[in-house]
Amino acid sequence: MTVQTVAKDSLIGKRIAKLDAPEKAAGKTRYIHDINLPGQLHAKILHSARVHAKIKRIDTAKAKALPGVHAVITAADVPEQRPIGVKKDHMPLKGDKVRSLRDEIAAVAAETEEIAEEALKLIEVEYEDLPLLTDPTKSREPGAPVIHDSAPDNVAMVFDYANGDIAKGEAESDLIFEDEFSLHYVTHACMGVSGVIAEFDAKGNLLLYSNTQVPFLHKREFADMLGIDPGRIRIIQPPIGGGFGSKLDIYPFEPITLFLAKRTGRPVKMVFSREEEFAVSPTRQPVLLKLRSGVKKDGTLTFRECTTVHDNGAYTSWGATTPFVMMQTVSSLYRVPHCKYHTVAVYTNNPYAGSFRGYGNLQATFALEQHMDKMADALGIDPLQFRLKNAQDPGEVTPQGMHFKTCGLKECLTTAAERSGYVEKRKAYAAQRNAPGSIKRGVGMASMLHVGGGAKIYPSDGCGTILKLDDFAHVTLMTGASEIGQGSETVLAQLVCEELGVPLESVTVVNNDTDITPWDVGVHASRTTFIAGNSAIGAARKARDKILAAAAKVSNLKAEDLDLRQGQIVRAADGQVIMSLSKMLRSLHFSDKAELVMTTHYYEPPSVHQDKEFKGDVSAAYAWATQVVEIAVDTDTGIITLEKVTAAHDVGRVLNQLGIEGQIEGGIVMGQGYAMTEDYRVVDGRVVNPNFRDYKLVTAPEIPEMDITFIETMDGEGPQGAKGVGEAPAICMAAAMANAIENATGVRMTKLPFTPENVYRALKEAGK
Amino acid sequence: MSLAREITFTLNGVSRTATVPVTMSTLEMLRDVLNLSGTKYGCGEGECGACTILIDGKSLNSCLMFAVDCDGRTVTTIEGVAADAKSQPLRDAFVKEGAVQCGFCTPGMVVQATHVLAKNPKASRDEIQRGLEGNLCRCTGYKKIIDAVESAAKECV
Repeated sequence: MTVQTVAKDSLIGKRIAKLDAPEKAAGKTRYIHDINLPGQLHAKILHSARVHAKIKRIDTAKAKALPGVHAVITAADVPEQRPIGVKKDHMPLKGDKVRSLRDEIAAVAAETEEIAEEALKLIEVEYEDLPLLTDPTKSREPGAPVIHDSAPDNVAMVFDYANGDIAKGEAESDLIFEDEFSLHYVTHACMGVSGVIAEFDAKGNLLLYSNTQVPFLHKREFADMLGIDPGRIRIIQPPIGGGFGSKLDIYPFEPITLFLAKRTGRPVKMVFSREEEFAVSPTRQPVLLKLRSGVKKDGTLTFRECTTVHDNGAYTSWGATTPFVMMQTVSSLYRVPHCKYHTVAVYTNNPYAGSFRGYGNLQATFALEQHMDKMADALGIDPLQFRLKNAQDPGEVTPQGMHFKTCGLKECLTTAAERSGYVEKRKAYAAQRNAPGSIKRGVGMASMLHVGGGAKIYPSDGCGTILKLDDFAHVTLMTGASEIGQGSETVLAQLVCEELGVPLESVTVVNNDTDITPWDVGVHASRTTFIAGNSAIGAARKARDKILAAAAKVSNLKAEDLDLRQGQIVRAADGQVIMSLSKMLRSLHFSDKAELVMTTHYYEPPSVHQDKEFKGDVSAAYAWATQVVEIAVDTDTGIITLEKVTAAHDVGRVLNQLGIEGQIEGGIVMGQGYAMTEDYRVVDGRVVNPNFRDYKLVTAPEIPEMDITFIETMDGEGPQGAKGVGEAPAICMAAAMANAIENATGVRMTKLPFTPENVYRALKEAGK
Repeated sequence: MSLAREITFTLNGVSRTATVPVTMSTLEMLRDVLNLSGTKYGCGEGECGACTILIDGKSLNSCLMFAVDCDGRTVTTIEGVAADAKSQPLRDAFVKEGAVQCGFCTPGMVVQATHVLAKNPKASRDEIQRGLEGNLCRCTGYKKIIDAVESAAKECV
């Protein structure tokens, strides 16, 4: 008899194709837009025609009389509606007044979308205009129009953080810098527009097909809205056409669709048009930011003081809470002993901002990393050395309470600098600034710190997993964590394969049905690989222990001397096969003990919910990165060409090389769009470019060459050593671009975006 | 109801007849009348490329074309491309090179890449980038999509 042996076979770090990619490449994936239920009605919303006005009268009689219309609702028809959003200042249907052009006034459910649209035109609304408030710097002036009676000062939220003593920091400083930065609106522009389908069964239970990134949190809110037990709500998430944070809050169209489904007794589908998507969806938070920084002659940072005005728009969503992240960058990206942070989010009649990949960090890093260059230049220190001098080290606990158990910032800095030739190029380009010719070349650097091990912004930041093996060693992994295109499904399957020694084809991931999957806080804060990954590993290890204990009995070996490899139970020392995994599972199942291998695990990261002063170790791990950009500026036209990005990212460990490259590349190009091409223009409360013709996403020919290096710091808490990385790559780009423009032209631009027009103006104003 | 017309055309290799309102776009006909949901609505204005199809072998935004104009022509959608064994290397390359994330732009990208490679099987990287200019992607940063089309082009040669 020949002895069969098998070797350890790991998928970690390999280039693993996404499990859902073949379906998507064949056009077979069904998104919410592609789902149609029998008897389904189509819903449309009437948005306000005015930016700020009292609603004097709404008449829906003609709309209701249109053949094919099943329901027309206004605020008066839905007394059960409750305010939504972060501050619960947002009624889904507005009855008394409109506060922005996006406001919902009425909604129709009809046989077809065309009839619903026709019905909207028949709804008569009489307005009485109110004075506009569209400049956030004027919101707190005496006599400013009041947006919400509940906030007569127009203040939506205030955030304050401090450590040390700014006065002491100032006294210790040899140089102090102060600048104002202006960060514009951009929007997610997901390729798949927003949509939802709601259906009530005969018992009054709600089934919702939703694109939400936080199904378990939303169950509760919808339950409150309907006055039913959350257990009677089931949310199914079809594959989603892009998330990026846009689906972290409830928006009015969702409860409105519920109300229509309830009233008509039919399934109701609501899907936006692209124009609606642009006009009604949340944006990235626009910020006016004042930064003061102090430094000693030897290059030691002394203090940082950051004050911002956040334009809250008419309603409060996650955008207002971006200070959570912004203050982390201000207090802890570099070592700084004295720090003060203050944000006031003020109401206006503008669109409101939600969460968006990077969550305020693009804005904070834009200011902070420009100051780093400015200080270095004033001190005559190379900006790389200046950053290295103040960079965090592993083991550090910052005054804000963040504990950097692993920290690859210094390695990121030196790697990105060396691979790009940053130091030499920066000197050379600065020397060529005044040479003849309109094309000026520049190189710029920025670094970032972001949560990489979840973010405990709720009392729990956990994720549950249920795992089962069938008689043929096929694994079903039921996870609370949603797949939003980022590849979590594939990474979770890989992590399970690593524990159970089964091939990737033997794992099915179920991740889209709240009646089946255990609780998870949601897809945000770059947390899914870390949190759901650790949860999946926990469940798989319990299954492994059970299988090996049973195999130990059969083989007379100790469980710790056994291993699972390539679908076999083997002796760990030499890989000798003892029996196949499926045979072991069947013998467990069909023995007199009759057992199935099914396990559960709930992973709660060892992070803490920050206190009222925003102090505490909010994440179980922290991600770091440095990006260097190389650009050419045409001073005759203001056109910038982004030629190359050299990125070094501390990702803990690479789990899927193909997937992580995709995350970094996509993030870099999203950051490029934020810096250079995207400009969501709001004039007098109106979005003037709600289409892809005038809202410019980066296109295929415009992308830079990308050189990406992964720094593997092997985080002790991370799944197989990995940290979260979803948001990190978008964060540095605008800051690095600003520093590169300065290197190329000598002009420091503190206002985004760097469109040709804006760059041209800035150069001419500076006499270039 | 608006005026309707009967049209006959070849759809993914099969001749078929449909009665469509004269105001209906080809995209709406494909999705709502013929139940071919692989072609996506992204903007309805010809700006994003999610609805790209082939008309007589050339790529076109189906949202901009009236359905009645399909009369007498050959229409190929992602479903037709996916059923064509000749396109297998291209779709495999999208999978293997990591060109797919949320996947919403992917059908349009695959159809557009089919057109680019049909026109020029030896398309250079630069030509591929130009060829995909009208198709927007929000997830990938395009690099892996370009890589996929380039590797399929090499395989064709």
